Amino acid sequence: MNGDGPLHRLRREGRIVVVGASLAGLRAAETLRDEGFAGSLTLIGDEPYEPYDRPPLSKQVLLGMADADRTALPRRRALDATWRLGVAATGLDMAARRVRLADGDEVPYDRLLIATGVRARPWPREAEAALDGVICLRSRGDGAALARRLAEGPRRVLVIGAGFTGSEIASACRERGVAVTVAERGAAPLVGALGGVVGAVAAELQRAHGVDLRCGVMVTALEGDASGRVRAAQLSDGSTVEADVVVVSLGAQRNTDWLAGSGLGAGPRGIACDAGCRAFDIRGIVTDDIFAAGDVARCPHPLFGYQFLSLEHWGNAVSQARIAAHNMISESTDRLPHLAVPAFWSSQFGVSIKSVGVPTLGTEIVVPQGSLDGGGFVGVYGYQGRVVGAVSFDHARWLPFYEEQIEKAAPFPPPFPTLDRRPDAQRPRDADFPDPSVPTHGPTVTLSGYSPADRRMTFTPAH
Amino acid sequence: MTQSLLHQILDPANRADPYPIYAELRKTPVHHEEDGPFVVSTYYEIRSLLHDPRISSDAHNLVSTGHDPLAEPAQEEQSELPPSFLRLDPPEHDRLRRMTNRHFGPPHSPHRVDGMRGELQGIVTGLIDGIGDPGRIDLVDQFSYPFPVTVICRLLGVPREDEARFHGWADAIAASLDPDPDADPAERGKGAPDARMQLGMYLAGLIEERRKNPGDDMLSELASAKGPDGTLTTMELLSTAALLLIAGHETTVNLVTNGMLTLLRNPDVLQRLRADPRLAVPIVEELLRFEPPVQLVPQRTPLADIEVHGVTIPKGSSLWLVLASGNRDPRRFENPDRFDPDRRDIQHLGLGSGIHSCFGAPLARLEAQFALSELARRLENPRLLEDPPPYRQNAVLRGPRHLSIACDGIRP
Repeated sequence: MNGDGPLHRLRREGRIVVVGASLAGLRAAETLRDEGFAGSLTLIGDEPYEPYDRPPLSKQVLLGMADADRTALPRRRALDATWRLGVAATGLDMAARRVRLADGDEVPYDRLLIATGVRARPWPREAEAALDGVICLRSRGDGAALARRLAEGPRRVLVIGAGFTGSEIASACRERGVAVTVAERGAAPLVGALGGVVGAVAAELQRAHGVDLRCGVMVTALEGDASGRVRAAQLSDGSTVEADVVVVSLGAQRNTDWLAGSGLGAGPRGIACDAGCRAFDIRGIVTDDIFAAGDVARCPHPLFGYQFLSLEHWGNAVSQARIAAHNMISESTDRLPHLAVPAFWSSQFGVSIKSVGVPTLGTEIVVPQGSLDGGGFVGVYGYQGRVVGAVSFDHARWLPFYEEQIEKAAPFPPPFPTLDRRPDAQRPRDADFPDPSVPTHGPTVTLSGYSPADRRMTFTPAH
Repeated sequence: MTQSLLHQILDPANRADPYPIYAELRKTPVHHEEDGPFVVSTYYEIRSLLHDPRISSDAHNLVSTGHDPLAEPAQEEQSELPPSFLRLDPPEHDRLRRMTNRHFGPPHSPHRVDGMRGELQGIVTGLIDGIGDPGRIDLVDQFSYPFPVTVICRLLGVPREDEARFHGWADAIAASLDPDPDADPAERGKGAPDARMQLGMYLAGLIEERRKNPGDDMLSELASAKGPDGTLTTMELLSTAALLLIAGHETTVNLVTNGMLTLLRNPDVLQRLRADPRLAVPIVEELLRFEPPVQLVPQRTPLADIEVHGVTIPKGSSLWLVLASGNRDPRRFENPDRFDPDRRDIQHLGLGSGIHSCFGAPLARLEAQFALSELARRLENPRLLEDPPPYRQNAVLRGPRHLSIACDGIRP
């Protein structure tokens, strides 16, 4: 191999910039150094903090078991990096290979990794969103603020949206003995991510723990008192909920606005990239110097019909970051595809929920193990006669088996008896996912796009 | 004619170093001889089967044991007790394990094991203080064996004055699990049924007593708690207590002994442990990979025909999962035959995986960590007097019967 080719120069003295200093950005930076990148490394983050872990913000932090400011991510190694924290990236000049920053600075790069993630979707009416007591939960500061509110013993908390985050917040409220109402536009909690069959179990779980759960309703207005504190919410069924804390948990928006007009294939659905994490430009041509990883990326997954998957999963951020980092400094023949089977977890109301694969792709579900009526279960999702996803409530030890089934494109429904010997274990039912054109709150996977061979490929430009 | 691999595994002559046999075994990931069990020896195949919901632990699902030399009757340890959750499938397994764990580990009892740290330290200190002549120590009889039995007594809440009797029964049962080949076959294991009976009656009495006057020990809680799954019956509680006793010490004794043997064979690591007791954590993890106390899981059977690595294993066949071989699989671990406590990639199979993964794992880890760091700290210039040491017969629960060591003195 030529010891002084462009790749060797890049690895020895190149400039790599990582925009986004959270989980994916940090792990990518560590992988770059692990793999021998000796050039300059710059991490840019809009938050003033070093990378921290978000899952505890809706769990241990709200229970008062952990401080929001002590959630820094463990470091796997020394980085020798330049940190530009508290300064957002505001623009990208692809031709000049420069990232513009909010403070006017420009940072040149030879390779760029975009890991800007997502932000919480805000309450749409600004005046109502500005009321004291109306909170979104995404950042460390949000977590600390909500924990403080809960510790003050509010009379009632209203959670708008029963996705995973909203449900975990409701769970923390109940564990702290705080009265909580959950308003969900869909038919059940978690329905967007897991479908109606499992959603019904989640609804039962919430009600059994004393949550005032209202499904099939929308919050139409928030009301404040004379001092600007939130006081109540109007619901679409005509009812009113009095609450002194309102948590807006309406899912996430991808942080791609800063790329508007750059020519990169970035939009509300994220940054389109190939299976090796290289970003597409708006012409559908893959770049070779810009990569994406984590929540902001959407890339085709061969296991799921090459559909473009955007995953808001902790594990995806880690594995995709490693792949992207490796590919950034590798010859094209040494590059790796991002093939990890998606997985996520949640803990709420004393139940550990875990999932592998892509349940939202499924149309049917079977429950081969355990029972929907209590004691936990495994639900397996099928699409066109093959296994595409699985979810467990307190049955996580079985999931590695179903992960293998997904990897092998095993037949659905599973044609074999299992230890529980449930009589209905092999009878599939409609998984009951909501119509994808009707928005629900908080699905963690979105499927979009088509196979590369599909001539109907469309592109949603940034706006 | 050379011995079949199955016989080589079982042959006590190979007990000191079974790993070359396992390497041979891994050339055929699913090994099958005539009527014998299907023996699975490679890491990924074992891990996959440990999570497979078609694989039963209930001996009633065995169609025929064929010539499985390790087959046991369906009833637990040939006693009159109902099977413990080790030999049950969901949903019964889940119910019993959940009810037991409620009083042992998180989320309901997060402090049970951690709260025993002082107790463990005290027991270890007492046993090392009691070592007489430093010139000839049998680490098994003087330390590794009495340690976990005492721990189980304290965990269950056996009164101190009864501990000696408890040790006596445990000794007799342990001896029956591992017969002395030189003993008269007529006498072999003769005391065991008596010991089981007496231990059972003793525990039944203790359970009755604890139901009336509960303490904060685990047996009291198990006997009196009314959780969402109700209360364990006395029979269920007896088989669970028997399981905790047998599984809790027959394994830990080997973990500690194999650990000290391995450290004495790797004096640089022993030296590092003496300087930094925190190294006990990665050392114990590597030991669980390198010399696991449970070498193989012999009691599984598929509920349907399954295919593993191109081999069809028929429904009801006897299945062995050779954990110790998976732990040395070069497709999974770099330099698998090297003892390396600095190994970072260490997802071993030493404690199993899936729903039957070692129930007592947090306690076993803590016991071994305390034992090894204290032995390293207090024994001055320790050395092996016999290498390899004599091994117990048992191919499943593998470990030295004696470990003769000497040292220059015992530090305070």
